[in-house]
Amino acid sequence: MTTSLQKTPGGASTGEPLLSVRDLTVAFTRRGEPDSVAVDGVSFDVAPGQIVGLVGESGCGKSVTSMAITRLLPARGVRVTGSAMMDGVDLLTLPEAEMRERRGRDLSMVFQDPLSSLNPVIPVGLQVTEVLTRHRGMKKEAARAEAADLLDRVGIPDPRRRLDSYPHQLSGGMRQRALIAIALACRPRLLIADEPTTALDVTIQAQILELLKDMVRDTGAALVMITHDLGVVAGLCETVNVLYGGRIVERAQRHRLFATPRHPYTNGLLGSIPRLDSPAGEDLVAIPGSVADNLPWASACAFAPRCPRAVGVCRTTTPEAETSGGRLLRCHNPVPATAE
Amino acid sequence: MLRFIVRRLLQVIPTLLLLSVLVFAWLRSLPGGPATAFLGDRATPESVANLERVLGLDQPIPVQYVQFLGRVVTGDFGTSTITGEPVLAEIGRALPATIELSIAALVLAVALGIPLGYLAARKRGGPLDVSTVIGTLVGVAVPVFFLGYILKAVFAVELGLFPPSGRQSVAVDATNVTGFAVLDGLLTREFDASLDALSHLVLPAVALATIPLAVITRITRASVLEVLNADFVRTANSKGLTPGTVRGRHVLRNALLPVSTTIGLQVGLLLAGAVLTERVFVWGGIGTLLADAITLRDYPRLQAILLLGALVYVLVNLLVDLSYAIIDPRVRLS
Repeated sequence: MTTSLQKTPGGASTGEPLLSVRDLTVAFTRRGEPDSVAVDGVSFDVAPGQIVGLVGESGCGKSVTSMAITRLLPARGVRVTGSAMMDGVDLLTLPEAEMRERRGRDLSMVFQDPLSSLNPVIPVGLQVTEVLTRHRGMKKEAARAEAADLLDRVGIPDPRRRLDSYPHQLSGGMRQRALIAIALACRPRLLIADEPTTALDVTIQAQILELLKDMVRDTGAALVMITHDLGVVAGLCETVNVLYGGRIVERAQRHRLFATPRHPYTNGLLGSIPRLDSPAGEDLVAIPGSVADNLPWASACAFAPRCPRAVGVCRTTTPEAETSGGRLLRCHNPVPATAE
Repeated sequence: MLRFIVRRLLQVIPTLLLLSVLVFAWLRSLPGGPATAFLGDRATPESVANLERVLGLDQPIPVQYVQFLGRVVTGDFGTSTITGEPVLAEIGRALPATIELSIAALVLAVALGIPLGYLAARKRGGPLDVSTVIGTLVGVAVPVFFLGYILKAVFAVELGLFPPSGRQSVAVDATNVTGFAVLDGLLTREFDASLDALSHLVLPAVALATIPLAVITRITRASVLEVLNADFVRTANSKGLTPGTVRGRHVLRNALLPVSTTIGLQVGLLLAGAVLTERVFVWGGIGTLLADAITLRDYPRLQAILLLGALVYVLVNLLVDLSYAIIDPRVRLS
C-alpha cells in the first residue's frame, strides 16, 4: 500500500499537454432506434511522462473512449464528436492514412486479452518486426535484432528463440509482455493500456504494472491507464478520472482521491474494495443496482438511482462539473470534505 | 508427422473393410441382379440360373464376400459383367476424364469462391454481398443435372459458344498420351487439340463447380466476417499497419483455415456430382461407368468404383489435415 503522501501541485506536470481530449462524445447509432451514447462529453489532458487513470465499472465508456481516440471503432454505426489534439492536430479528423502513420509510431495501445490480441498463426517475432519495418523503415535482419532486444527489455527470457515462437507457446504473462514490446517498439509518446492486467494472475499483474511503470519512466511516454481496478490505480496513476455512465464524475490527484473521495460513486468504489483486516464472515460491500438503472444525464444525475446520498434535485437536474482546488466534481450532494 | 501419416493410413483399412461389407450387402439387396439385367425380361429361370452359376452368384453371399476379399487383396477386382473386361482396366481408362473434369471444377470453385466470399464480407450489406448471399443460396439449391441441361440449352444449342457434349471433337486428330485431353495437347504441341478439349470442358466444369463454389463462397464470407472482428485484427490496426498488410497477413490467413477443410469435403461431393454431370454431357468418365453399372447391376464394377471412391475421399481428407498442420501452428499432429 502507498503510504507516502507527497503533494504534487494542482496540474501534476507543467507544460503543454501531449494529448488533450475535449468534449469527446461517442454515440452508437442504429436505424429506427434512438442513439445510444457511450461516452458523453469527456475531457481530459495527459502530459508527457504522466500516468493518467480512467476508472469505472463495465459499460462506463472507458474502453470506448480509448478506441475513439485511436480511431479503432468501426466506421459505420458510430458517431464521434469532440476533439483529441496531439501535436497540434485533431486525431479525430485526421485522414485515415495519416492516422495509420501515427498509430504504432506516436501512439500505441496495449489490450486486455493477450492471447486473442495476438495473431495465432504468425510467430511472435514477425508481430514485433512488422511495426519496425512499417514505421522505422528497418530491414528484415535489423528489425529481428531490434525485436529480440525489445523482448529482452520487457523481460522475456531467451528472446532470440522466442521470436520464432507462436503466441500459444507463451504463457499469459509472456504474451502480455510481448504485446507491450510491440506497443513500445517505435517508442511512442503516448501509450494507452486498456485493462492490461485483467486476464492475468495477481503476481503476474504486479510484474506487468511494474514493467509498464519502468517503460514509461525510461521512454518518457505518457500513459493512459484504463481499468476497473482501483488497486491498479493506487500503485500507478498520478491523476485519476472516475467515469460513470460516459461522463467523468470526479477527477483528482491519486492521493487526494483515495484520502477524501467526494463523489458518492468514487466513495462506493473505494468502499467496495475487500479489506484483509475486516472480520471474517462479514458481507462484502457493493454499490447497489447496476448501470442498467441509470437515469439520462440530460435531465438528472445518472448515478442517482444507485446513490446512497441522492436527494430530490439529483433526479431532476443535471449536475454540472465543478472544479475547485485541482479537483473536478460532478455532484449535487457530495460526500463532505473531511480534513485533507 | 510420419507416425501420424502411417497411423491415419492404417485407419483406412478398417474403414474400407466395413464399407466393403456394406457395399456388398447393399448391392445384393437390390432387386434383380446381373443375370436378369443382362438376359432381359424374357429370360427363362434356367438361363438366369445358368448365368448366375457362371458368375459365381449362386453361392451364399458370405462365401461370395470372402472370395471377393481374397481376390481384392491380390489387386483383382474381377471382371465387368457388362463388358467382360477387368474392372480396374476400365476404371484406369475412364479415370483421367473424371479427374480432368473434377480438377477443372475445383479450380473454378476455389479461384472464384475465395475472392468472392472475401469481397462480400468486406462490403457486408452492400450490393455485392447481398447478391452473393442470394446467388450462393440458389447455387446450392439447383440440382446439378438441371443446371447442366440449362447450360447446354443456352450456351451450346442457342448461342453455339461451346460444344454440347463429349470431350473432344471428332475432327480434331488428337494424340492420346496421358488420357488428360488438355494436357495431352500441350505435351504433343497439338495446341488446337488442347483448345478443343478446353472448350468441351467449360460447360461441364461450370455445372459441376456450382455447388462447391457456392459452399466455398459462403464459408469464406462467414470466416472473414468473424476474423475481421477478432482482437488480433484490432491489434494489427492499432500498430498502424497498411490496410494491405492487415488484410493479407492477418485477416486472410486466419480466415482460410476453415475454408481449407471445406475444400477437402467438397472433393467428396465432386465425385458424386461428376456422375450426374458426366451423364448430361456424355463425358465418358467414371461417372458414366458407374451409371451404366447401376442400371445393369454390374456388381464387380460397382464394388470397385465405390471402394476406390471412398479411398480417394479418405486420402484427400488426410491431405487436408496435413495441410492444416502447416497453415495453423496450433495444430500438432500426434
